[in-house]
Amino acid sequence: MQRIGVFICWCGSNIAATVDVKKVAETIKNEPGVVYSENYQYMCSENGQQLIKQAIKEHNLTGIVVGACSPRMHEATFRKAAEEAGLNPYMVEIANIREHCSWIHKDMDEATEKAVILVRTAIAKVKLNAPLQAGESPVIKRALVIGGGIAGIQAALDIADAGFEVDIVEKNATIGGRMAQLDKTFPTLDCSACILTPKMVDCAQHEKIDILSYSEVEEVKGFVGNFNVKIRRKARYVDETKCTGCKICMEKCPSKKGLNTFNMGLNPRPAIHIPFAQAIPNVAVIDPEQCIKLKTGKCGICQKFCGVGAIDYEQKDTFIDREYGAIVVATGFKPIALDNFNEYGYSDNKDVITSLELERLMNAAGPTDGVLLRPSDGKHPKVITFIQCVGSRDTSGCGKPYCSKICCMYTAKHAMLIREKYPDTEVHVFYIDVRTPGKNYDEFYRRAVEQYGVDYIKGMVGKVYNENGKLMVQGSNLIDNEQITIESDLVVLATAIEPEPSVRKVATLLTASIDTNNFLTESHAKLRPVESPTAGVYLAGVCQGPKDIPETVSQASACAAKVIGLLAKDKLKTNPCVAMADENMCNGCSQCANVCAYGAITYVEKEFRLGGGKTEVRRVASVNPAVCQGCGACTVTCPSGAMDLKGFSSKQIMSEVEAICKM
Amino acid sequence: MKDVELKMLERAKALLESGEVARVIGWKKGEFIYDPAPASFETVDELKDFVYNWFCGANLSKYLIQASKKEGKTAVFLKPCDTYSFNQLVKEHRVKRENIHVIAVECLGKFDVAKIKAQGVSSIVDVEVQNKEVKVKSFGGETVLNKPEILLTKCETCQKTHQVKDEEIILHDRPERDVNRFAEVEKLEAMTPDERFAFWREQLQKCIRCNACRNVCPACSCVKCVFDNPASGIAAKANDDKFEEQLFHIIRAFHVAGRCTDCGECSRVCPQNIPLHLLNRKFIKDIDGLYGEYQAGETDEGKTPLTSYTENDIEPTDAVNGEAK
Repeated sequence: MQRIGVFICWCGSNIAATVDVKKVAETIKNEPGVVYSENYQYMCSENGQQLIKQAIKEHNLTGIVVGACSPRMHEATFRKAAEEAGLNPYMVEIANIREHCSWIHKDMDEATEKAVILVRTAIAKVKLNAPLQAGESPVIKRALVIGGGIAGIQAALDIADAGFEVDIVEKNATIGGRMAQLDKTFPTLDCSACILTPKMVDCAQHEKIDILSYSEVEEVKGFVGNFNVKIRRKARYVDETKCTGCKICMEKCPSKKGLNTFNMGLNPRPAIHIPFAQAIPNVAVIDPEQCIKLKTGKCGICQKFCGVGAIDYEQKDTFIDREYGAIVVATGFKPIALDNFNEYGYSDNKDVITSLELERLMNAAGPTDGVLLRPSDGKHPKVITFIQCVGSRDTSGCGKPYCSKICCMYTAKHAMLIREKYPDTEVHVFYIDVRTPGKNYDEFYRRAVEQYGVDYIKGMVGKVYNENGKLMVQGSNLIDNEQITIESDLVVLATAIEPEPSVRKVATLLTASIDTNNFLTESHAKLRPVESPTAGVYLAGVCQGPKDIPETVSQASACAAKVIGLLAKDKLKTNPCVAMADENMCNGCSQCANVCAYGAITYVEKEFRLGGGKTEVRRVASVNPAVCQGCGACTVTCPSGAMDLKGFSSKQIMSEVEAICKM
Repeated sequence: MKDVELKMLERAKALLESGEVARVIGWKKGEFIYDPAPASFETVDELKDFVYNWFCGANLSKYLIQASKKEGKTAVFLKPCDTYSFNQLVKEHRVKRENIHVIAVECLGKFDVAKIKAQGVSSIVDVEVQNKEVKVKSFGGETVLNKPEILLTKCETCQKTHQVKDEEIILHDRPERDVNRFAEVEKLEAMTPDERFAFWREQLQKCIRCNACRNVCPACSCVKCVFDNPASGIAAKANDDKFEEQLFHIIRAFHVAGRCTDCGECSRVCPQNIPLHLLNRKFIKDIDGLYGEYQAGETDEGKTPLTSYTENDIEPTDAVNGEAK
């Protein structure tokens, strides 16, 4: 006979304000099988847990139901408490009467009725629970970092410094990411390259770090502690082990008119090139779209001049398979395309540029050697107008609904740097709000306004148009309540940022969830901000949400701490709620294996007795419990119902449904 | 037809005589011309009852599940539509391919004796087909019927061609056809939900749960069917009440979704004439619309739209809103 205990939590007023918790506990007392039902203010507190433990012992409970918050919050807490009281932790069920009930209802009667139903449902399930034992799986002591920007670099360095092997997979020919493209960094105005490139060199020289540049993650199998990753090493047509980075090939290459993507396409570059002077690895790459030899078969000049014989036009993509215990995603961002913002005339006027393009125009290694010259005629612009929130905080559907977070600060930086270097320049900034929370941030912005005399105009720009070679910026000044038009030589758009599009593929491969804006979702917005909901996958940098360099570096180090904590373990407890095939019913049709995202299902030939001394050899499914993540995809695919999930059996789910429908 | 039958018989004899195969699965004469039945022939002598005529509509592929487990090879005659079922069974590891010798055979459509009888012709002795004209000889004399009107429902819209590779083929040219197999489904889709519910309710309440549809279905090849398994919790779904009765067919349609080759056997064998194939065709039409055209059983390997994921897959919300690619 089952002896079920029920524990209804108030969660302070979170539940109790909307659900009559005493009534729920009282009503549930009459449920068949329930021998104990109690309510308490904070079930997760030390005292609450004590109450549970005591009841388990005193009433000899065989299973418990806790009516409380989401199991994502405290299932582990209550399982542990049960275990300490001698009850198998998998004999605990959570009825979520907070997120699923009190938080979404206003009427107390309704919410109370629903809470009773939810608790009954959990009782129906726990009655069919079976004690389960967690197994163990080993941890592969190597981490993968996807993305070699500042986030990936920092995470890799921290993990490697703790003594674990790290691979950085970077899709571009060099690590460095967006930060490498920046000129100066706020709020201290250090040169971006000066603080970044030493870290890049540290990565290259670190004996525990392996940089796989010009590579992409192709396939991910396995699970926390045991990921199997296939990496595509894209053909760069240059032997990485031979190239010395002498750049003679760049000089001799006759196809010099490709867009220099590192400089945001502002100047040309040869088909064979090293992205920038401090690239890591300092190895050339050939753009196959631009290379005459690869396109027509004729040329081969770089090969002729290469002193070490590094050029290999026959090079093909290769694949390597590696195993990892943990994965850090740091895929970064890109500015959004401005196709939806014709009002700013970006595509029609060379002198309407994005902020990232301005970074390159101001950088000593940029297309103008750091002299601010406007793209159309190479002249020094005398009037510069900045437009903020281009595509950010945009609920019209043209841009992004979120704040890109970094634009206020970098615009203040740009304005200040220009006024500092070219005091004869007039600088205007159109803004909706200036958002500068952060250490020394508001002081920084105030300096731009007060010390450097940057003209900040609260208001949005309606359009930018060309009149007699001048860029006319028409906008409203909300403070003075007037329409103004500023005749400008250069217009800079603080373009919204969005996750690098490749993040979608990465998220799919990792079964990591992404939100409607393609940002990777963290496990808990406040308490687990660097963990993805997929165990063993961690998030660093803008792929998780807009953030600046200091925040990115902090998050990357936090990721590293999580990874180190994981890799320091020799074994992990595995989830015992895994699938299991009933061999007597299995058809061996392979449908479950087809849908299994983890490759947990294999097939074996087994001999079965048919009666009358006869036997039959059949192909049946076999689940590797260490690999199975208990997602249940196989159980719903199996037509004969041979596949079932421990802890979430079809029977349990049906009995839950019945408990709900019984009302 | 006679010459095809003769060729088939010759091949069957040769294969059995040489010992290349241990048995041949084909059709056996019944009492009348219109009731041939699937049969396994193990000796040349047994082949005296072999038949292949306009009434051999049965799909023989499902018999291979058991036959391929037996000792020795099994030869089987497969019509174009049957080859899809065969491929699907091989793909799902239900039939051991290496134990089967496939002889693909000619088919110009098979007749539904009920449809002939419905035209007032009984005691059928023989049929003679000339293009679209069918001379039906009976004790009552000779009647000329229009061929499209007496075809099995599954043959009415069949455009299938042989899909089994590297096997011997006995066939001659078949005219290309341009028919829309989804016309009936489209009619159902055009109904209001209430009308559609009423339609299916009326059709499905005719069900006597004889299980013929399930037993004949090549996709229904589970070792133990959920409807025969009391532990599944749905075994009794069929005979509960009228609404639950419908669930048998609906659950079955879900189970074979993405795997059904549209062989039409379910409707052919239904003694109550329930158009069960329309449930399956609705799924096929939806899969085509949501994931691009897909024909189950076209090959015996590869991924299927419902059990594989690609990045370009339609989002669930778009699928619900019917925004197919």
